[in-house]
Amino acid sequence: MTANKLLKIIAFYALVAVIVIFSIFPFYYAIVTSFATGTALFETNYFPKHFEWANYRQVLGGATFPRNILTSVFVATTTVVFALFLAVTASYALARVRFRGRGLLLMTILAVSMFPQIAVLAGLFELITYLGLFNSPLALILSYTIFTLPFTVWVLTTFMRDLPVEIEEAAIVDGATPWIIITKVFLPLLWPALVTTGLLAFIGAWNEFLFALTFTSSESTRTVPVAIALLSGASQQEIPWGPIMAASVIVTVPLIILVLIFQRKIVAGLTAGGVKG
Amino acid sequence: MSFGLDSRMLRSAAAIAVFAAIGMPVLAEEISVVSGATGSDLQDFPAIVKPWEDKTGNKVTVVPMPSSTSDQFGQYRLWLAAGATDIDLYQTDVIWAPQLADHFVDLTEAAKDLIPANFPSIIQSQTVNGKLVALPIFTDAPALYYRKDLLEKYGVEVPKTWDELTAAATKIQEGERAAGSGDFWGYVFQGNAYEGLTCNALEWVKSFGGGQIVEADGTISVNNPKAVKALETAAGWVGTISPEGLHAYQEEEARGVWQTGNAAFMRNWPYAYALGDGADSAVKGKFAVTTLPVGAEGDSSAATLGGWNIAVSKYSQHQEAAISLAVYLAGPEAQKMRAIMETHLPTIQALYDDPEIAEKSPIIPQWKSVFMNAVPRPSAPTLGKYNEVSSKFWSAVHETLSGNGSAADNLAGLEADLTDLKGDAW
Amino acid sequence: MTASTTAIGRESGRSLQQQRRNAAILFLAPMLIALFCVAAWPLLRTVWFSLTDTSLNNLYGGRFIGFDNYLRVQTLSNGTVRYKGTLVDPAWWNAVWNTVRFSVVSVVCETILGLIVALVLNAEFKGRGFVRAAILIPWAIPTIVSAKMWAWMLNDQYGIINDILLHLGIISSKIAWTANTDTAMYAVLMVDIWKTTPFMALLCLAGLQMVPRDIYEAAKIDGINPVKVFFRITLPLIRPALMVAVIFRMLDALRIFDLIYVLTPNSAATKTMSVISRENLIEFDKFAYGSAQSTLLFAILAIFVSLYIWLGKVDLSGEAG
Repeated sequence: MTANKLLKIIAFYALVAVIVIFSIFPFYYAIVTSFATGTALFETNYFPKHFEWANYRQVLGGATFPRNILTSVFVATTTVVFALFLAVTASYALARVRFRGRGLLLMTILAVSMFPQIAVLAGLFELITYLGLFNSPLALILSYTIFTLPFTVWVLTTFMRDLPVEIEEAAIVDGATPWIIITKVFLPLLWPALVTTGLLAFIGAWNEFLFALTFTSSESTRTVPVAIALLSGASQQEIPWGPIMAASVIVTVPLIILVLIFQRKIVAGLTAGGVKG
Repeated sequence: MSFGLDSRMLRSAAAIAVFAAIGMPVLAEEISVVSGATGSDLQDFPAIVKPWEDKTGNKVTVVPMPSSTSDQFGQYRLWLAAGATDIDLYQTDVIWAPQLADHFVDLTEAAKDLIPANFPSIIQSQTVNGKLVALPIFTDAPALYYRKDLLEKYGVEVPKTWDELTAAATKIQEGERAAGSGDFWGYVFQGNAYEGLTCNALEWVKSFGGGQIVEADGTISVNNPKAVKALETAAGWVGTISPEGLHAYQEEEARGVWQTGNAAFMRNWPYAYALGDGADSAVKGKFAVTTLPVGAEGDSSAATLGGWNIAVSKYSQHQEAAISLAVYLAGPEAQKMRAIMETHLPTIQALYDDPEIAEKSPIIPQWKSVFMNAVPRPSAPTLGKYNEVSSKFWSAVHETLSGNGSAADNLAGLEADLTDLKGDAW
Repeated sequence: MTASTTAIGRESGRSLQQQRRNAAILFLAPMLIALFCVAAWPLLRTVWFSLTDTSLNNLYGGRFIGFDNYLRVQTLSNGTVRYKGTLVDPAWWNAVWNTVRFSVVSVVCETILGLIVALVLNAEFKGRGFVRAAILIPWAIPTIVSAKMWAWMLNDQYGIINDILLHLGIISSKIAWTANTDTAMYAVLMVDIWKTTPFMALLCLAGLQMVPRDIYEAAKIDGINPVKVFFRITLPLIRPALMVAVIFRMLDALRIFDLIYVLTPNSAATKTMSVISRENLIEFDKFAYGSAQSTLLFAILAIFVSLYIWLGKVDLSGEAG
């Protein structure tokens, strides 16, 4: 019995080990590669042979990459704020006010999240040049709402629908307007969901590539994924694996830290509302 | 001029004349050049445009792009389609001229002094219906890299034909493997399904006397016995003298094998020369380059014409300055700087005899013989459909290399596809 | 909820309802305008382009040609009838098949693996926080970065995957994962599963945490086999959460673009609907044709979602509850 139990525990931890290794090995290997230079890149090493910071120096020493990081932070943060602002008000209307066509509207919003990026690229590009936003961070913030907004609205709507009616009733009796109800009553209750959706939107905006490449044309407005694609070797055909891996490590670390800080909240947020069937 | 005089063109030409005459700036303008240039090319760009900036008082900013040419092409297409005014100059691949011609300014008049100095074949590759779409700034052509030390060790001559190459590669590979290098290969080239395979396969077909896929007059010539023989020869290398994984290779994979000392021969562009001679390279000082082999004696060697050009956007708001910059970038002064700083092959013939270039970049004069055999890809006759033609061609070749169907069947299928694609006219 | 408003006086209730409706319209308007601009209008443009002969060289000069980009019947001079257009294009159907194959396999694998990971994370054990953080790493890495990372690891000559497999004796010679037509799809699937299983696990975990703990306790006391508990109790309880997670993943999988574009851009074995429409839209001179393919892609997604909701009885809008 005890042997059996011990076996079970060993099997369980073995499974945990497999999961962890499978998850982090590629990232670990990227770190190993980021320390290699020159011909050493073409050798397979499981552990870093030397800690050469040359790739990091090359990436961070350039004038543009730190700027790209700032641009990315700005774009992603603004995207999150913008999406959350639109979504909180809209999902209040969708969750708490009964009106005709509400179900249809929700389905339409869901439909937006199935638009293939490639199918809207040309039209979006026209719109952005028409509005004179080409090559400005606003172009990215606006276009990112296409994937952040539907998801945010959805999660917040399901979340808000589950909040107890009594709280709102009490506020109504006190003569609160819908705006006051949202900002003063619901917002404090919503924040686990806001963290979750905000983080998801942030990651989405941080990682996006196609729009960022198409709608910008100067180094200062480009975001990090584009900057990584732009890292180049000494010549046309050379692929600079070392600096690419170094840059990848640099841009991934902030996200990992964010995820680490908010991991409890992410699960709590999704549990509370997001994935209720 | 058959295309009619554009008043704006005249004005700009006049403006350049005025600038040149008084030699001083009227109004400082900011010119954006978008370029897929990479690494040191990009770093040296400011130094190369500096003289022009000093002379005109204008400022040049460069917009870098991902090094993937298909990413670049996609972006340029979209920007040009929307008439984006933010970019004044585009650095274009040699095969793009016919596809983007509508969006660029005719440079015939502005560059009339420069045209005769260039190799006519390159100028021709950038001319679409009599319109000079872009000015060449440097050219590119691949060569056969070989290991001098190994050729000597095994007592083989530098191969002149593909059969000789096969024999030499087999001999060296067997010898080296017997000596314990299990990962040693005879010959590496680019076999992935991408534009580079079109370049490789065009060289085989052409050097076997099998034409250029689509001839200058638009005839589809690819399905012929010589082309079949060429592809069969190449397919025979995979798994024997070339790694099985070769159909995944682009330039860098081939260079990786070569530079770690694991290949006897390699087909690659000039960039691999300087890198292979780097301090940490296993083949430093042990290799040399020559022209690519031929099918049989009497055939002529072929190297696919690569290279980059500079074009002026029709939507630019600083056309006069942009044209002047384009002419400068394609001129002898800038090309010489590029040759010395970047080892880029000039398109101006006289520069191959320039003593300073010969001294500082000795491989450039050597490369002249390679370049003289350059063949263009069929982008001129196929116009806007070139990318699709090339994609169908490399797919057929890739299938053949992977052993899916015989060369004859795949080329017959390709001919049918191309005929369908061509329709009434390209 | 409506019951609650009737609790407040009927007269004031009506004006209150009115006020709330007005507020709702005001609140919805900015979002609707934003979505119209960035989503509806561009999509309508694409649908329009697909009915014309527009070229990227002349975006505004397209002529209306009806459904010719989808299907066109040509009668040649010798009397033979030819069909042209996307609907009879073998390359398109190959892409459709690739996409479907990719989506089904990846989502099935991700769901199973995600459930396993979620069950592990739902158990109490030392270092749970660390493991939970570790599994989220693949998901946080930008797609373009992970595609490049894996391209590097999957390289046939100096990639580490071949090295590991060779040492373990699983393969006898180096495999060109991304280029070989037989393995390209596996390579793409491997990367996608690695990258999105964490997301799936997270959604499953969220579902699992809503299952009351005492159910497990009760089952344990009764001595019911854990496997039985999972299939009889846990799975039915988290089914709604799972159904929603699956549809979100499925939508993503059917649209997959950047991973394949970076990893195996030209391989016919992995070309999906998004990849082939980009190729026609931008790379080839077939803008209208590519627009038709984008439109079809959207139509296929819409039909799929409707069928899924209808057949799976998924209550997405929560109206029933």
